[in-house]
Amino acid sequence: MNVTRGFAGRPRVRNDGLPPGQYDARDDWPVLSAEVTPELATSQWTFTVDGLVAEERTWSWDEAHALPPSAYEGDIHCVTSWSKFGVRFSGVSLDAFLDLARPAAEATHAVAYSHTGYTTNLPLADLTGGRAWIVWEYGDEPLPAEHGGPARLIVPHLYFWKSAKWIAGIRLLDHDEPGFWEQNGYHHRGNPWEEQRYSGD
Amino acid sequence: MSSTTSTPSPAAAPATRFAVPGRIAVSNRAAATWQRATLTEVRRETPYASTFRFAVPAWAGHLPGQHLMLRLRAEDGYVAQRHYSIASPPDDDGHVELTLDHVDGGEVSGWFHTVAKPGDEVELRGPLSGFFAWPGDRPALLIGAGSGVVPLMSMVRHHRARNLTVPLRLLVSARGPEELIYASEYGPETTTVFTRSAPEGVAVGRVAAAHVARLLADAPDGGWEAYVCGSNGFAEHASRLLVDAGQPVDRIRIERFG
Repeated sequence: MNVTRGFAGRPRVRNDGLPPGQYDARDDWPVLSAEVTPELATSQWTFTVDGLVAEERTWSWDEAHALPPSAYEGDIHCVTSWSKFGVRFSGVSLDAFLDLARPAAEATHAVAYSHTGYTTNLPLADLTGGRAWIVWEYGDEPLPAEHGGPARLIVPHLYFWKSAKWIAGIRLLDHDEPGFWEQNGYHHRGNPWEEQRYSGD
Repeated sequence: MSSTTSTPSPAAAPATRFAVPGRIAVSNRAAATWQRATLTEVRRETPYASTFRFAVPAWAGHLPGQHLMLRLRAEDGYVAQRHYSIASPPDDDGHVELTLDHVDGGEVSGWFHTVAKPGDEVELRGPLSGFFAWPGDRPALLIGAGSGVVPLMSMVRHHRARNLTVPLRLLVSARGPEELIYASEYGPETTTVFTRSAPEGVAVGRVAAAHVARLLADAPDGGWEAYVCGSNGFAEHASRLLVDAGQPVDRIRIERFG
Protein backbone atom coordinates (compact mmCIF):
# COMPACT_ATOMS: atom_id res chain seq x y z
CA MET A 1 0.00 0.00 0.00
CA ASN A 2 1.01 3.62 -0.46
CA VAL A 3 2.32 5.79 2.31
CA THR A 4 -0.42 7.95 3.83
CA ARG A 5 0.55 11.62 3.39
CA GLY A 6 1.55 13.20 6.66
CA PHE A 7 0.88 10.12 8.81
CA ALA A 8 3.54 9.44 11.43
CA GLY A 9 1.69 7.21 13.91
CA ARG A 10 2.45 6.88 17.56
CA PRO A 11 6.08 6.52 18.68
CA ARG A 12 7.49 3.12 17.77
CA VAL A 13 8.03 0.81 20.67
CA ARG A 14 9.91 -2.40 20.07
CA ASN A 15 7.70 -5.07 21.52
CA ASP A 16 8.24 -8.63 20.40
CA GLY A 17 5.05 -9.65 22.18
CA LEU A 18 2.87 -7.50 19.93
CA PRO A 19 1.38 -9.38 16.95
CA PRO A 20 1.20 -7.54 13.61
CA GLY A 21 -1.41 -4.80 13.38
CA GLN A 22 -1.98 -4.70 17.16
CA TYR A 23 -1.41 -1.93 19.72
CA ASP A 24 -0.91 -2.07 23.49
CA ALA A 25 -4.18 -1.13 25.24
CA ARG A 26 -2.32 -0.77 28.56
CA ASP A 27 -4.91 -0.31 31.33
CA ASP A 28 -7.91 -0.37 28.99
CA TRP A 29 -9.89 -3.56 28.59
CA PRO A 30 -12.59 -2.85 26.00
CA VAL A 31 -15.86 -4.77 26.17
CA LEU A 32 -17.19 -5.74 22.75
CA SER A 33 -19.90 -8.36 23.34
CA ALA A 34 -22.78 -8.23 20.88
CA GLU A 35 -25.43 -9.32 23.36
CA VAL A 36 -26.91 -8.12 26.63
CA THR A 37 -24.61 -8.94 29.57
CA PRO A 38 -26.41 -11.75 31.43
CA GLU A 39 -26.95 -11.72 35.18
CA LEU A 40 -25.76 -15.23 35.87
CA ALA A 41 -25.42 -16.36 39.49
CA THR A 42 -22.72 -18.87 40.33
CA SER A 43 -25.48 -21.18 41.56
CA GLN A 44 -26.98 -21.14 38.05
CA TRP A 45 -23.71 -21.61 36.24
CA THR A 46 -22.79 -25.03 34.85
CA PHE A 47 -20.13 -26.23 32.47
CA THR A 48 -20.68 -29.22 30.18
CA VAL A 49 -18.45 -31.23 27.87
CA ASP A 50 -20.56 -33.12 25.33
CA GLY A 51 -20.64 -34.33 21.74
CA LEU A 52 -18.03 -36.89 20.74
CA VAL A 53 -16.89 -37.94 24.21
CA ALA A 54 -16.90 -41.22 26.10
CA GLU A 55 -18.95 -39.64 28.87
CA GLU A 56 -20.90 -36.38 28.73
CA ARG A 57 -20.13 -34.46 31.90
CA THR A 58 -21.60 -31.40 33.58
CA TRP A 59 -19.95 -29.55 36.46
CA SER A 60 -21.57 -27.17 38.90
CA TRP A 61 -19.69 -24.13 40.19
CA ASP A 62 -18.49 -26.04 43.26
CA GLU A 63 -17.60 -29.18 41.31
CA ALA A 64 -15.54 -27.16 38.84
CA HIS A 65 -13.73 -25.46 41.72
CA ALA A 66 -12.81 -28.85 43.17
CA LEU A 67 -10.61 -29.58 40.14
CA PRO A 68 -6.88 -28.72 40.32
CA PRO A 69 -6.38 -24.94 40.04
CA SER A 70 -4.48 -23.53 37.12
CA ALA A 71 -3.72 -19.99 35.98
CA TYR A 72 -2.75 -18.23 32.78
CA GLU A 73 -0.33 -15.36 33.03
CA GLY A 74 0.50 -13.59 29.80
CA ASP A 75 -0.98 -11.57 26.96
CA ILE A 76 -4.33 -11.42 25.15
CA HIS A 77 -5.10 -10.10 21.67
CA CYS A 78 -8.43 -8.80 20.33
CA VAL A 79 -9.26 -8.77 16.62
CA THR A 80 -10.24 -5.10 16.88
CA SER A 81 -6.47 -4.40 17.25
CA TRP A 82 -5.86 -4.03 20.97
CA SER A 83 -3.59 -6.33 22.94
CA LYS A 84 -3.23 -6.45 26.69
CA PHE A 85 -0.02 -7.53 28.36
CA GLY A 86 0.69 -9.37 31.58
CA VAL A 87 -2.84 -10.32 32.53
CA ARG A 88 -3.58 -13.13 34.98
CA PHE A 89 -6.64 -15.38 34.84
CA SER A 90 -7.24 -18.16 37.37
CA GLY A 91 -9.46 -21.21 37.12
CA VAL A 92 -8.94 -24.73 35.83
CA SER A 93 -7.15 -25.99 32.74
CA LEU A 94 -9.62 -27.20 30.11
CA ASP A 95 -7.54 -30.39 29.95
CA ALA A 96 -8.81 -31.31 33.42
CA PHE A 97 -12.41 -31.29 32.15
CA LEU A 98 -11.61 -33.00 28.85
CA ASP A 99 -9.64 -35.75 30.58
CA LEU A 100 -12.71 -36.66 32.63
CA ALA A 101 -15.07 -36.63 29.61
CA ARG A 102 -12.54 -38.48 27.40
CA PRO A 103 -12.81 -37.17 23.82
CA ALA A 104 -13.54 -39.80 21.17
CA ALA A 105 -10.78 -40.59 18.68
CA GLU A 106 -12.79 -39.04 15.83
CA ALA A 107 -13.23 -35.70 17.61
CA THR A 108 -11.28 -33.06 15.65
CA HIS A 109 -13.09 -29.78 16.33
CA ALA A 110 -15.15 -28.13 19.01
CA VAL A 111 -17.81 -25.50 19.42
CA ALA A 112 -17.63 -23.50 22.64
CA TYR A 113 -21.08 -22.26 23.66
CA SER A 114 -22.19 -19.68 26.17
CA HIS A 115 -25.11 -19.33 28.54
CA THR A 116 -26.24 -16.49 26.25
CA GLY A 117 -26.17 -18.73 23.18
CA TYR A 118 -22.95 -17.26 21.76
CA THR A 119 -20.86 -19.84 19.93
CA THR A 120 -17.33 -20.04 18.54
CA ASN A 121 -15.53 -22.89 16.79
CA LEU A 122 -12.02 -24.17 17.39
CA PRO A 123 -9.82 -27.06 16.31
CA LEU A 124 -9.65 -29.44 19.28
CA ALA A 125 -5.85 -29.17 19.18
CA ASP A 126 -6.15 -25.50 20.19
CA LEU A 127 -8.04 -26.48 23.35
CA THR A 128 -5.68 -29.15 24.67
CA GLY A 129 -2.10 -29.36 25.92
CA GLY A 130 -2.33 -26.57 28.50
CA ARG A 131 -3.45 -23.87 26.07
CA ALA A 132 -7.04 -23.28 27.23
CA TRP A 133 -8.68 -22.61 30.59
CA ILE A 134 -12.05 -22.12 32.23
CA VAL A 135 -11.44 -19.07 34.45
CA TRP A 136 -13.35 -17.20 37.16
CA GLU A 137 -10.78 -14.76 38.47
CA TYR A 138 -9.01 -11.82 36.83
CA GLY A 139 -6.07 -10.72 38.91
CA ASP A 140 -7.25 -11.57 42.41
CA GLU A 141 -10.86 -10.55 41.82
CA PRO A 142 -13.92 -12.42 40.58
CA LEU A 143 -14.21 -12.06 36.81
CA PRO A 144 -16.63 -9.14 36.15
CA ALA A 145 -19.88 -10.00 34.34
CA GLU A 146 -19.14 -7.75 31.38
CA HIS A 147 -15.89 -9.65 30.87
CA GLY A 148 -17.63 -13.02 30.96
CA GLY A 149 -18.11 -13.68 34.67
CA PRO A 150 -18.87 -15.76 36.54
CA ALA A 151 -16.72 -17.91 34.22
CA ARG A 152 -15.37 -17.78 30.68
CA LEU A 153 -13.20 -19.82 28.38
CA ILE A 154 -9.79 -18.39 27.56
CA VAL A 155 -7.69 -19.52 24.61
CA PRO A 156 -5.09 -16.77 24.76
CA HIS A 157 -2.99 -17.84 21.76
CA LEU A 158 -5.95 -17.02 19.47
CA TYR A 159 -7.87 -13.76 18.99
CA PHE A 160 -10.01 -13.20 22.02
CA TRP A 161 -13.43 -13.71 20.38
CA LYS A 162 -12.53 -17.42 20.65
CA SER A 163 -12.45 -17.03 24.45
CA ALA A 164 -16.21 -17.36 24.92
CA LYS A 165 -17.69 -15.34 27.80
CA TRP A 166 -20.28 -16.88 30.15
CA ILE A 167 -19.07 -20.30 29.06
CA ALA A 168 -21.69 -23.06 29.24
CA GLY A 169 -19.97 -25.90 27.45
CA ILE A 170 -17.70 -27.38 24.83
CA ARG A 171 -19.19 -29.71 22.22
CA LEU A 172 -16.73 -31.97 20.43
CA LEU A 173 -17.35 -32.60 16.74
CA ASP A 174 -15.79 -34.56 13.89
CA HIS A 175 -15.90 -31.50 11.61
CA ASP A 176 -15.56 -27.73 11.75
CA GLU A 177 -18.78 -25.78 12.32
CA PRO A 178 -18.63 -21.96 12.28
CA GLY A 179 -19.73 -20.08 15.39
CA PHE A 180 -21.31 -16.67 15.78
CA TRP A 181 -18.54 -14.38 14.51
CA GLU A 182 -17.27 -16.99 12.09
CA GLN A 183 -20.72 -16.95 10.42
CA ASN A 184 -20.31 -13.19 10.28
CA GLY A 185 -17.17 -13.33 8.19
CA TYR A 186 -14.48 -13.83 10.81
CA HIS A 187 -11.65 -16.29 10.39
CA HIS A 188 -12.19 -19.88 11.49
CA ARG A 189 -8.94 -20.11 13.46
CA GLY A 190 -7.98 -16.55 14.39
CA ASN A 191 -4.22 -16.79 14.95
CA PRO A 192 -3.07 -13.24 15.79
CA TRP A 193 0.52 -13.93 14.70
CA GLU A 194 -0.75 -14.66 11.19
CA GLU A 195 -3.34 -11.85 11.34
CA GLN A 196 -6.20 -14.26 10.68
CA ARG A 197 -8.91 -11.67 11.30
CA TYR A 198 -11.40 -12.33 8.53
CA SER A 199 -12.27 -15.30 6.40
CA GLY A 200 -9.76 -15.27 3.58
CA ASP A 201 -6.92 -13.69 5.58
CA MET B 1 -25.16 -34.78 -0.62
CA SER B 2 -26.30 -38.25 0.39
CA SER B 3 -29.06 -38.46 2.94
CA THR B 4 -27.91 -41.77 4.27
CA THR B 5 -25.51 -41.79 7.17
CA SER B 6 -24.33 -44.88 8.88
CA THR B 7 -23.57 -43.31 12.23
CA PRO B 8 -25.94 -40.97 13.99
CA SER B 9 -23.88 -37.91 14.71
CA PRO B 10 -24.23 -35.79 17.81
CA ALA B 11 -22.20 -33.34 15.82
CA ALA B 12 -24.36 -30.29 15.58
CA ALA B 13 -23.66 -26.94 17.15
CA PRO B 14 -25.90 -26.08 20.08
CA ALA B 15 -29.11 -24.29 19.20
CA THR B 16 -28.67 -20.60 19.81
CA ARG B 17 -31.23 -18.81 21.90
CA PHE B 18 -29.56 -15.49 21.65
CA ALA B 19 -30.11 -12.62 19.36
CA VAL B 20 -27.67 -11.86 16.94
CA PRO B 21 -28.11 -14.48 14.37
CA GLY B 22 -26.46 -12.53 11.56
CA ARG B 23 -29.02 -10.48 9.69
CA ILE B 24 -27.30 -11.00 6.37
CA ALA B 25 -24.61 -13.03 4.72
CA VAL B 26 -21.36 -11.14 4.43
CA SER B 27 -19.02 -11.27 1.49
CA ASN B 28 -15.80 -12.87 2.58
CA ARG B 29 -14.06 -11.53 -0.49
CA ALA B 30 -15.07 -7.93 0.26
CA ALA B 31 -13.94 -8.39 3.85
CA ALA B 32 -10.52 -9.64 2.81
CA THR B 33 -9.66 -7.17 0.03
CA TRP B 34 -8.03 -3.83 0.80
CA GLN B 35 -9.23 -1.04 -1.47
CA ARG B 36 -7.94 2.43 -2.13
CA ALA B 37 -10.25 5.21 -0.97
CA THR B 38 -9.86 8.89 -1.83
CA LEU B 39 -11.03 11.53 0.62
CA THR B 40 -13.34 13.90 -1.27
CA GLU B 41 -14.93 16.05 1.43
CA VAL B 42 -14.70 16.88 5.13
CA ARG B 43 -17.76 18.25 6.96
CA ARG B 44 -17.64 19.42 10.54
CA GLU B 45 -20.50 18.00 12.63
CA THR B 46 -19.60 19.25 16.12
CA PRO B 47 -16.49 20.78 17.74
CA TYR B 48 -15.29 17.20 18.31
CA ALA B 49 -16.54 15.22 15.32
CA SER B 50 -16.33 15.51 11.55
CA THR B 51 -17.65 13.51 8.63
CA PHE B 52 -15.14 12.24 6.07
CA ARG B 53 -16.47 11.33 2.62
CA PHE B 54 -14.52 8.89 0.46
CA ALA B 55 -14.73 7.83 -3.16
CA VAL B 56 -14.29 4.04 -3.25
CA PRO B 57 -14.84 3.06 -6.89
CA ALA B 58 -14.83 -0.69 -6.23
CA TRP B 59 -17.08 -0.52 -3.14
CA ALA B 60 -19.27 -3.64 -3.12
CA GLY B 61 -22.07 -1.90 -1.23
CA HIS B 62 -23.14 -2.29 2.37
CA LEU B 63 -26.18 -2.39 4.59
CA PRO B 64 -26.93 0.20 7.25
CA GLY B 65 -25.21 -0.73 10.51
CA GLN B 66 -22.15 -2.40 9.02
CA HIS B 67 -18.60 -1.24 9.62
CA LEU B 68 -15.31 -1.29 7.78
CA MET B 69 -11.62 -1.49 8.61
CA LEU B 70 -9.39 1.42 7.65
CA ARG B 71 -5.60 1.63 7.65
CA LEU B 72 -2.94 4.30 7.36
CA ARG B 73 0.73 3.69 6.59
CA ALA B 74 3.72 5.74 7.72
CA GLU B 75 6.89 6.16 5.66
CA ASP B 76 8.76 3.51 7.66
CA GLY B 77 6.05 0.96 6.89
CA TYR B 78 4.27 1.24 10.23
CA VAL B 79 0.54 0.60 9.81
CA ALA B 80 -2.33 1.62 12.08
CA GLN B 81 -5.78 0.16 11.48
CA ARG B 82 -9.16 0.77 13.05
CA HIS B 83 -12.76 -0.37 12.74
CA TYR B 84 -15.28 2.38 11.95
CA SER B 85 -19.03 2.29 11.52
CA ILE B 86 -20.34 3.48 8.17
CA ALA B 87 -22.49 6.62 8.39
CA SER B 88 -23.78 6.82 4.84
CA PRO B 89 -26.73 4.87 3.45
CA PRO B 90 -26.22 2.15 0.86
CA ASP B 91 -27.56 4.16 -2.08
CA ASP B 92 -24.51 6.36 -2.39
CA ASP B 93 -22.80 4.67 -5.29
CA GLY B 94 -19.07 4.37 -4.95
CA HIS B 95 -18.90 6.51 -1.83
CA VAL B 96 -18.85 5.89 1.90
CA GLU B 97 -18.89 8.37 4.76
CA LEU B 98 -17.40 7.96 8.23
CA THR B 99 -18.03 10.30 11.16
CA LEU B 100 -15.08 10.29 13.52
CA ASP B 101 -14.61 11.75 16.97
CA HIS B 102 -11.29 13.46 17.52
CA VAL B 103 -10.02 11.05 20.16
CA ASP B 104 -7.53 12.55 22.60
CA GLY B 105 -4.14 11.23 21.52
CA GLY B 106 -5.77 9.10 18.82
CA GLU B 107 -3.21 8.33 16.14
CA VAL B 108 -5.74 7.61 13.38
CA SER B 109 -8.51 10.03 14.35
CA GLY B 110 -5.80 12.61 15.10
CA TRP B 111 -4.51 12.30 11.54
CA PHE B 112 -8.01 12.71 10.16
CA HIS B 113 -8.75 15.78 12.23
CA THR B 114 -5.44 17.61 11.88
CA VAL B 115 -3.79 16.46 8.63
CA ALA B 116 -6.29 14.92 6.22
CA LYS B 117 -7.62 16.95 3.30
CA PRO B 118 -9.49 16.12 0.10
CA GLY B 119 -7.34 14.18 -2.31
CA ASP B 120 -5.62 12.13 0.38
CA GLU B 121 -5.71 8.38 -0.06
CA VAL B 122 -6.24 5.71 2.59
CA GLU B 123 -7.05 2.02 2.40
CA LEU B 124 -10.11 0.23 3.65
CA ARG B 125 -11.83 -3.13 3.49
CA GLY B 126 -15.37 -4.23 4.12
CA PRO B 127 -18.20 -4.05 4.71
CA LEU B 128 -17.73 -6.22 7.78
CA SER B 129 -20.07 -8.13 10.05
CA GLY B 130 -23.73 -8.88 9.58
CA PHE B 131 -25.19 -8.94 13.06
CA PHE B 132 -25.70 -5.20 13.49
CA ALA B 133 -26.93 -4.74 9.92
CA TRP B 134 -30.48 -3.53 9.30
CA PRO B 135 -31.76 -4.37 5.82
CA GLY B 136 -34.88 -2.24 6.37
CA ASP B 137 -37.12 -5.23 6.85
CA ARG B 138 -38.12 -5.18 10.54
CA PRO B 139 -39.43 -2.36 12.73
CA ALA B 140 -36.34 -0.87 14.32
CA LEU B 141 -35.79 0.86 17.64
CA LEU B 142 -32.40 2.59 17.57
CA ILE B 143 -30.67 3.85 20.73
CA GLY B 144 -27.30 5.56 20.57
CA ALA B 145 -25.07 7.95 22.47
CA GLY B 146 -22.32 10.22 21.22
CA SER B 147 -20.74 8.85 18.07
CA GLY B 148 -22.76 5.68 18.69
CA VAL B 149 -25.39 7.35 16.57
CA VAL B 150 -23.24 6.89 13.44
CA PRO B 151 -24.35 3.40 12.32
CA LEU B 152 -27.90 4.24 13.43
CA MET B 153 -27.89 7.32 11.18
CA SER B 154 -27.08 5.08 8.23
CA MET B 155 -30.33 3.26 9.06
CA VAL B 156 -32.33 6.50 9.36
CA ARG B 157 -30.93 7.78 6.07
CA HIS B 158 -31.70 4.47 4.37
CA HIS B 159 -35.25 4.56 5.73
CA ARG B 160 -35.74 8.03 4.23
CA ALA B 161 -33.93 7.43 0.95
CA ARG B 162 -36.08 4.40 0.21
CA ASN B 163 -39.29 5.87 1.63
CA LEU B 164 -39.64 2.77 3.79
CA THR B 165 -42.88 2.44 5.71
CA VAL B 166 -41.59 -0.02 8.30
CA PRO B 167 -41.63 1.79 11.68
CA LEU B 168 -38.36 3.24 12.89
CA ARG B 169 -37.53 5.29 16.01
CA LEU B 170 -34.27 6.82 17.16
CA LEU B 171 -33.37 7.75 20.72
CA VAL B 172 -30.09 9.67 20.70
CA SER B 173 -28.13 10.95 23.68
CA ALA B 174 -25.48 13.71 23.61
CA ARG B 175 -23.79 15.75 26.30
CA GLY B 176 -25.30 18.95 24.94
CA PRO B 177 -26.83 20.43 21.79
CA GLU B 178 -23.42 21.52 20.46
CA GLU B 179 -22.21 17.91 20.68
CA LEU B 180 -25.22 16.39 18.95
CA ILE B 181 -23.97 14.85 15.72
CA TYR B 182 -26.29 15.25 12.68
CA ALA B 183 -28.40 17.75 14.67
CA SER B 184 -30.01 19.25 11.56
CA GLU B 185 -31.04 15.88 10.14
CA TYR B 186 -33.37 14.55 12.80
CA GLY B 187 -37.09 14.36 12.17
CA PRO B 188 -40.17 13.18 14.01
CA GLU B 189 -38.68 9.68 14.35
CA THR B 190 -36.09 11.01 16.78
CA THR B 191 -36.05 11.76 20.50
CA THR B 192 -32.98 13.63 21.76
CA VAL B 193 -31.64 13.41 25.31
CA PHE B 194 -29.04 15.81 26.70
CA THR B 195 -26.96 14.66 29.66
CA ARG B 196 -25.02 17.81 30.66
CA SER B 197 -26.61 20.91 29.15
CA ALA B 198 -29.80 21.50 27.22
CA PRO B 199 -31.59 24.36 25.53
CA GLU B 200 -33.90 26.52 27.67
CA GLY B 201 -36.89 24.51 28.83
CA VAL B 202 -35.43 21.10 27.94
CA ALA B 203 -34.61 18.64 30.71
CA VAL B 204 -31.06 17.49 31.39
CA GLY B 205 -30.54 13.80 32.23
CA ARG B 206 -29.60 10.34 31.00
CA VAL B 207 -31.62 8.04 28.85
CA ALA B 208 -34.12 6.73 31.38
CA ALA B 209 -36.73 4.04 31.88
CA ALA B 210 -39.47 6.50 30.92
CA HIS B 211 -37.96 7.11 27.45
CA VAL B 212 -37.71 3.39 26.83
CA ALA B 213 -41.19 2.70 28.20
CA ARG B 214 -42.73 5.26 25.82
CA LEU B 215 -40.97 3.73 22.83
CA LEU B 216 -41.91 0.17 23.78
CA ALA B 217 -45.53 1.24 24.35
CA ASP B 218 -45.43 2.54 20.79
CA ALA B 219 -44.19 -0.78 19.37
CA PRO B 220 -45.79 -2.09 16.19
CA ASP B 221 -47.29 -5.58 16.03
CA GLY B 222 -44.50 -8.08 16.50
CA GLY B 223 -42.41 -5.62 18.46
CA TRP B 224 -39.13 -3.87 17.76
CA GLU B 225 -35.73 -5.11 16.73
CA ALA B 226 -33.52 -3.02 19.04
CA TYR B 227 -30.10 -1.71 17.99
CA VAL B 228 -27.93 -0.15 20.72
CA CYS B 229 -24.64 1.61 19.97
CA GLY B 230 -22.21 3.61 22.08
CA SER B 231 -19.59 3.22 24.77
CA ASN B 232 -19.69 0.06 26.85
CA GLY B 233 -21.07 2.04 29.78
CA PHE B 234 -23.90 3.41 27.70
CA ALA B 235 -24.58 0.05 26.06
CA GLU B 236 -24.84 -1.67 29.44
CA HIS B 237 -27.19 1.05 30.72
CA ALA B 238 -29.43 1.16 27.65
CA SER B 239 -29.62 -2.61 27.18
CA ARG B 240 -30.52 -3.07 30.85
CA LEU B 241 -33.33 -0.51 30.48
CA LEU B 242 -34.62 -2.39 27.44
CA VAL B 243 -34.57 -5.75 29.24
CA ASP B 244 -36.26 -4.28 32.31
CA ALA B 245 -38.96 -2.78 30.09
CA GLY B 246 -39.68 -6.18 28.57
CA GLN B 247 -37.74 -6.10 25.30
CA PRO B 248 -36.70 -9.72 24.57
CA VAL B 249 -32.98 -10.29 25.08
CA ASP B 250 -32.75 -12.06 21.76
CA ARG B 251 -33.97 -8.95 19.97
CA ILE B 252 -31.33 -6.57 21.27
CA ARG B 253 -28.23 -6.10 19.12
CA ILE B 254 -25.35 -4.21 20.65
CA GLU B 255 -22.36 -2.53 19.07
CA ARG B 256 -19.91 -1.30 21.71
CA PHE B 257 -17.14 1.11 20.89
CA GLY B 258 -13.85 -0.02 22.35
